Amino acid sequence: MITRISSEKLPELLQQISEQEKLYIPVDKSDKLSVYEEYAPGKVMSLKLNTLRSAKDFFFPQVQPMAKFRMEGKKIEVMDQRTETEDYCIFGVRACDVRSFDVLDRVFLADPVDTYYEDRRKHATVVSFACSEPSETCFCHSFGIDAAKPDGDARMWIANGNVYLEGITEKGEKLLQSLDLAALGAAADDAAVQEVEAEQQRVHEIQKRMPLYSLKPTDNRDKELEIFNAPIWKELSDKCLGCGSCTFVCPTCQCFDIEDFDSGHGVERYRCWDSCMYKDFTMMAAGTPRKTQLERFRQRFMHKLVYYPIRNDGIYSCVGCGRCLRRCPIHMNIVKVMKAMEEDA
Amino acid sequence: MQDELIKRACDLLADGTVNRVLGWSAGDFFYDITPTVFESAEDVKKNFVYNDFCGANLSKYLIAESQKEGKIAVFLKPCDTYSFNQLMTEHRLVRDHIYAIGIECDGKVSAETLHDAGIHGILNVQKDGDELVCQTVYGEKRIAFDKAEDERCRNCKSRKHVVYDELLGPEGEVLDSHRFDEVEKLEAMTPEERFSFWQGELSRCIRCNACRNVCPACTCELCVFDNPKSGVFSKAASNDFEDANFHIIRAFHVAGRCTDCGECSRVCPEHIPLHLLNRKFIKDIDTLYGDYQAGETEGQMSPLSAFTEQNDAEPSIVQKGGIH
Ligand code: SF4
Ligand code: SF4
Ligand code: SF4
Ligand code: SF4
Ligand code: SF4
Repeated sequence: MITRISSEKLPELLQQISEQEKLYIPVDKSDKLSVYEEYAPGKVMSLKLNTLRSAKDFFFPQVQPMAKFRMEGKKIEVMDQRTETEDYCIFGVRACDVRSFDVLDRVFLADPVDTYYEDRRKHATVVSFACSEPSETCFCHSFGIDAAKPDGDARMWIANGNVYLEGITEKGEKLLQSLDLAALGAAADDAAVQEVEAEQQRVHEIQKRMPLYSLKPTDNRDKELEIFNAPIWKELSDKCLGCGSCTFVCPTCQCFDIEDFDSGHGVERYRCWDSCMYKDFTMMAAGTPRKTQLERFRQRFMHKLVYYPIRNDGIYSCVGCGRCLRRCPIHMNIVKVMKAMEEDA
Repeated sequence: MQDELIKRACDLLADGTVNRVLGWSAGDFFYDITPTVFESAEDVKKNFVYNDFCGANLSKYLIAESQKEGKIAVFLKPCDTYSFNQLMTEHRLVRDHIYAIGIECDGKVSAETLHDAGIHGILNVQKDGDELVCQTVYGEKRIAFDKAEDERCRNCKSRKHVVYDELLGPEGEVLDSHRFDEVEKLEAMTPEERFSFWQGELSRCIRCNACRNVCPACTCELCVFDNPKSGVFSKAASNDFEDANFHIIRAFHVAGRCTDCGECSRVCPEHIPLHLLNRKFIKDIDTLYGDYQAGETEGQMSPLSAFTEQNDAEPSIVQKGGIH
């Protein structure tokens, strides 16, 4: 069932959700900055194509405090920093980022379950937001993601001056039912369904004209070693700065490190994002397993395009959000790698 | 201009002056420019690109490239030549292995600034006088060239090349830029306002290290932040203080050496105005020790390493033999 309300009622819709549970929406801080923030009356939802940082921050934040240690003489006091999350709603997530949650789930919710992640994940209701104006750096459809019909617990379209809502999962249906949509002048008729279909078609037509439209990942699951040893990596990685921007802006990158911070009064243990592009990634007493930038660079893309699919039924761990295309200081990115792999195959 | 560069690169390869050329190539879009080493004229003809999007400073790559066998030709924009000199001063380059060619620059634009201006689905971009004409899936969009430029180009300090073996095209001049205007605005704030300004900016930092890794002044083999023995080792900020700590330490490490090339602000994925921090240091050095431009000449001594009891801004510290 698709419910239609007027776009003018969007603020009231947000207000209603926020009365049910904590609500996070993308907000424009400037031309350049669109970020998720907790909703407060008067905050306007960003209609920008996507947020600067990906939505993975909700479940896998850059820094996750774990424990504090305080020492007095020979006594060490350990304080668990874990806090139980309350139910909350993330509103306005794009199709690519929604799919990234599936990619992360397969890692963090696999045995042994990451309880920090699980806690934040299970309390969230995700309301996705269909794209109306994809950009040339978007290639979600290469991974079978429909930007015009995103997944999530519920989905939303904004078109023709209307907001269209559809529940997908039980959680999403429950959220929509808890709202007084009638008070917002809601209608759920056949016309609403047709209007949404027309909107989807319009977006699909736009996508066909994008430069990356024909890009398709090659299934290289049976060529793991061959690709690993292929000569393409030298040229691709040659000018990589090893900065890690691509991994930190990526919604599916999932590596972390656990660090101790000496606060002077004790130790704070936290986990934080780590990057396979870094020299000291997985450093051990015997040194690091990947000594050159070529090996590090190869790891990032082999993981996304070969290792992950091997372990996860052919699903890729790239969702085509285009963030790494936009942010890499030297524009060396996954599209260039996919093309090189294709040519090499 | 591109044709001229390609021709010159091919000639230099053909007559044996160099065995490699460092320039730029593009990927799927004309704007996704990657610094590239070309080893043959064929490769140059096929892939070499020089356009309004070639902002990446090539100087830092010469640290590794000039260690290799044979000479490499490199194309340097005016601001890149300052970085080159600074690297020479710091003994980071093997000069005999480099053939530097100065090239003209009218300011560079980034696809990011176009996206930020709401221009999406870009298929092609052409310059038309003072404007950029963008062909997009959503129709033609126009934007003033200076609006599409990176901040550093809008406030370009110099169109003059301070070092080269050969100059292609005309020489420019040192410009009367407005690059300290924004710094002055920060200086006019109250400490509380300034603190909250920087808190707002720096708290967004994701510690991706792009600013550090792209910086031609950050050439340490092992950065203090990557060294577990340094005392400031960290991969992410565990609290607000540490966000600032990383940036303050980095700004101090490059003080007097930062040429204001603008790479750090260009690459920051969080759009943090890092240039304001560096320019504050540059401005203070200018005020306390007299005008100084890092990278202006090779071998120059930074005021921060050359000060004496007589000319130091805080002579008491020198007299005491340092802070105890
Ligand atoms: S690899 Fe790049 S395009 Fe793919 S999900 Fe990560 S940031 Fe997005
Ligand atoms: S990659 Fe697809 S889903 Fe993501 S923002 Fe672009 S069009 Fe939307
Ligand atoms: S690919 Fe680009 S963003 Fe990623 S580490 Fe290399 S230079 Fe940085
Ligand atoms: S580039 Fe930006 S986000 Fe990355 S470490 Fe530097 S300031 Fe932080
Ligand atoms: S600090 Fe920034 S402006 Fe200064 S030299 Fe480094 S990259 Fe260039």
